[in-house]
Amino acid sequence: MTGWLDALIQGVLLGGLYALFAAGLSLMFGVMRLVNLAHGDLIVLAAFAILFIASKLGLDPFVAVLVAIPILFVIGFALQHVLLNRALGRDLLPPLLVTFGLSIIIQNGLLQVFSADSQRLRSGAIETSSIQLGGGIAVGVVPLLTLLSAIAVIVLLNLIFYRTPIGRAFRATSDDLEVAQLMGVDIRRIFAVAMGLAFVVITIAALYLGLRANFDPTIGPARLLYAFEAVIIGGLGSFWGTLAGGIVLGLAQTIGARIDPEWQILAGHLAFLVVLVLRPRGLFPRAQD
Amino acid sequence: MDEASAKPTRTFRIEAAGRASRAAAFAAGVMLLILVLLPVFAGRTLIQDLIFLFYMLALAQCWNLLAGYAGLISVGQQAFVGLGGYLLFALTLLGGIDPLLAIPIAGVVSALFALPTALIVFRLHGAYFAIGTWVVAEVYRLVFAQVKLLGGGTGTSLTPSVTSSVPGIEWVKSLLDVRTPAARDIISYWVALALAAGTLALVYLILRSRRGLALGAIRDHEAAAAGLGVDIYRIKLAVYVATAAMTGMIGALIYLQKARISPDAAFSVLDWTAYVIFVVVIGGIGTMEGPVIGAIVFYLMQRYLADFGASYLILLGALGILVMLFAPKGLWGLVSERYDLTLFPTRRRLIIHDHGDG
Repeated sequence: MTGWLDALIQGVLLGGLYALFAAGLSLMFGVMRLVNLAHGDLIVLAAFAILFIASKLGLDPFVAVLVAIPILFVIGFALQHVLLNRALGRDLLPPLLVTFGLSIIIQNGLLQVFSADSQRLRSGAIETSSIQLGGGIAVGVVPLLTLLSAIAVIVLLNLIFYRTPIGRAFRATSDDLEVAQLMGVDIRRIFAVAMGLAFVVITIAALYLGLRANFDPTIGPARLLYAFEAVIIGGLGSFWGTLAGGIVLGLAQTIGARIDPEWQILAGHLAFLVVLVLRPRGLFPRAQD
Repeated sequence: MDEASAKPTRTFRIEAAGRASRAAAFAAGVMLLILVLLPVFAGRTLIQDLIFLFYMLALAQCWNLLAGYAGLISVGQQAFVGLGGYLLFALTLLGGIDPLLAIPIAGVVSALFALPTALIVFRLHGAYFAIGTWVVAEVYRLVFAQVKLLGGGTGTSLTPSVTSSVPGIEWVKSLLDVRTPAARDIISYWVALALAAGTLALVYLILRSRRGLALGAIRDHEAAAAGLGVDIYRIKLAVYVATAAMTGMIGALIYLQKARISPDAAFSVLDWTAYVIFVVVIGGIGTMEGPVIGAIVFYLMQRYLADFGASYLILLGALGILVMLFAPKGLWGLVSERYDLTLFPTRRRLIIHDHGDG
């Protein structure tokens, strides 16, 4: 019994990580309808950026991430302004192909610069410390921080979306692109800001990716799938739905792993397909699209 | 009728083939003959290179039919390459079936797998469909990694008794005076040529048929096509299943040639879908000529630049992005716009003759 309860708790905590992966993707898809196939590779890229800053400046990853955030915001802004804005339009294929190309470029670029070696972000005692909940169940501090950060990120994103002028512009372009443009919204700039913001979320996700497990340049595509599954399970248009989707996915994976360690990933994918068959628009859909 | 013929100022007729395409058909016939006879005078390296070119061409042609015509942008075709490969291994290693017979069986079984797969992924549209197909391919990979009889996660190899049981090897050996591995390559080469030519012929025949008209209509405007009475779901399902069968056969051939399979390689999204998408887009999506041009470009890049490893892949990714942004109709689009060329006449044109004397 304790084993199963433990699996449930670990599943929810793992869901926090997937929600962080997914929040950036949800933002891009929500605002600019961008299907970003490079999302996983961008998370890995950000993890390498944190690693690089931490080792060059001798900083703790939690401090290094604060240095990385403004840098990645600028990279995201520029990427959208220079490249991705050109690819967006009625047709699905150009953004799909451009981000696929980006994914290959990032993976191989990282391989060249950092080699294929496994890396990890080191932050001393906090990595291994845990909190005893009694009854033989303990939760790691880092997994707990991951879930809390996911919740904080979602609260902040909701504040930005519903309480600020730029958030109003995000919602306007999301609801009706043409009308938003007619009302004087400069969508190219709005999209670039949204991408910069998504990159900030990506950087936070990368911190926990690197603290929780080893990473190397090739693991991006699998993270992309988890992120997509969380977004689609949760239903488009709601960040809280994305958190719920991440938790459903995390639970499915830990329960699958509990039955047979080799079934962890498979159980997650199957849960996703089951949700799709039963509720094609996700568990908590908001947007009509 | 009389009234119509009483004022014969113009006559109309529908024409598909132009002069260039008739010349191309003749050239294709000659080309095919040369390619069939090539092993007589070509070296083993060229034969192996051409096998690679042929299966990339066939895969590209399949993906082009799916995405370029039926609007099914799948990122999961590696599901059927891997499935075909694993079926070949299962049929030959466990079932003791002749490897050349196993290839068409793999095609049929792939089609049978494609039907239930379609029931799930066809509930999704656009971007969701793309990701859904990828997830399904991952499910295939993880399931085959569980099959211990076929090596589980690490994979397995074809035994020499299987690889040397390919029919025709002895005949090729005595005819062309080559060793067994070279004879095996030559048989694979012929199968690859047959599959590539067969895929081209199949896609061409589909596009020239009534279904092809419907597909062209779906490509140009899906909602309008539906409004004119095209049964979108049925046509898309037929295309999905047909390309799954072809892709499965190509996968079976690829892994007969490689003689070693593992889940990660057989269900690789990069090798069997990403590169294929680049081939189609660089060549020109939504035309039959595009994938041919793209496959040749990809082959040349692979041949001369693959030694650069990661930088070559970076270059390929960048080329794909540039073509998509600045020449979305691909290399063939640039050529055909300029010279009004058609090699595979799948478009029908209305020819109007004016009769001045009435």
